Amino acid sequence: MDTTSVQVLSTGKYVPKTVVTNDDLTKWMDTSDEWIKQRTGIEQRYISDGENTSDLCIKAAEDTLKGQDLDPGSIGLIIVATVTPDTNSPSVANKVQSAIKATNAMAFDLSAACSGFIYALSVAEKMLRHMPYDHALIIGGEVLSKTIDWSDRKTAVLFGDGAGGVLLKKAHDSNRLYAEDMHSDGNRGDALTIGAQDVNNPLVEQQEENKGYLKMDGRSVFNFVTRTIPSSIESVVSEANLSMEDVDYILLHQANARIIEIVAKKVSVPLSKFPMNIQQYGNTSAASLPILLDDYVKNGQLVLGSKQKIVLSAFGGGLTWGTILIEL
Amino acid sequence: MTTFEKIQEIIVDQLDKDENEVQRSTNFREELEADSLDLFQIINDIEDEFDIKIESEEGLSTVEDLVTYVEKQIETN
Repeated sequence: MDTTSVQVLSTGKYVPKTVVTNDDLTKWMDTSDEWIKQRTGIEQRYISDGENTSDLCIKAAEDTLKGQDLDPGSIGLIIVATVTPDTNSPSVANKVQSAIKATNAMAFDLSAACSGFIYALSVAEKMLRHMPYDHALIIGGEVLSKTIDWSDRKTAVLFGDGAGGVLLKKAHDSNRLYAEDMHSDGNRGDALTIGAQDVNNPLVEQQEENKGYLKMDGRSVFNFVTRTIPSSIESVVSEANLSMEDVDYILLHQANARIIEIVAKKVSVPLSKFPMNIQQYGNTSAASLPILLDDYVKNGQLVLGSKQKIVLSAFGGGLTWGTILIEL
Repeated sequence: MTTFEKIQEIIVDQLDKDENEVQRSTNFREELEADSLDLFQIINDIEDEFDIKIESEEGLSTVEDLVTYVEKQIETN
């Protein structure tokens, strides 16, 4: 366990203005509010009516920095976790950098699907130690709606668009807890794929256009999550020499309310310690954890600077998963 | 414990039912209102309990179907 680490200075978010309820979805596909709610806990999601990922991320970055009185030049690192960038180059992070005038920052996107934000947090924690700057801006943002096959009711009902962020500061003087458990398993990558791009050049006979829609093998993903996440949570708590009772909240990637209930049961922690907002946003992939953080900071259950001990855990395509324990 | 009793216990625990509601002939989707996620969880627990692999949930509708599947798998192993 390391005793010098990072501190969360502020949180922020932005979601598109258009709310799509489960009832709205019934106009586009054969489904029902009751079916979706019972299996996923989702009641509505926000869907972009034209804003792209960088638009969402820039607004989330501005919301995160609001009221911080921070010289943007002191931000040494901007990471945007996303699998739905506007363009492969420039990165979404470059666009955020330009918008917030963080001219000294090293800015790049990180691709780890729904685990993107937790991966970015892990990377930023390590990079900040070796950088001359004190601040890092970490954003998770997605317009997943552009990768969804809107005729596939098994996946289309699950996802939403949004962005969330945190401003991190190198903690020089404190004994803040930090423990992590990060993993990838490329052998199981086919269980969840997004944005497949075929080779398209004069040497290749053109096949039918591949639209790169999100594809998910529900049972494989379910098995992966329910079998790996409980032990990942237990391992960071034990690495930090804590017991589950010492942890104030466990923030789990908002993929499915039922999965959160199963994980809570497996780690024997009351569901009341698992903040949830999936009913409002759906699964927003890399944006899910920072939006959840911001919602619970804004509603007062999480207090920055209070030294509350929280566990953040996410899982997704890749396969990727990771869990981080921090003090707020 | 017999295979049936172990499977019965898993289903009772997962679906929060009484033991007498889970009999060999019980159809877990229709009579116990188990949905796909419930079934995934039951299958996971059965796989762990008996150290077997259940490749597909297709064709598994009743408790008896599960018992037969599990016993066949154990025999093959």
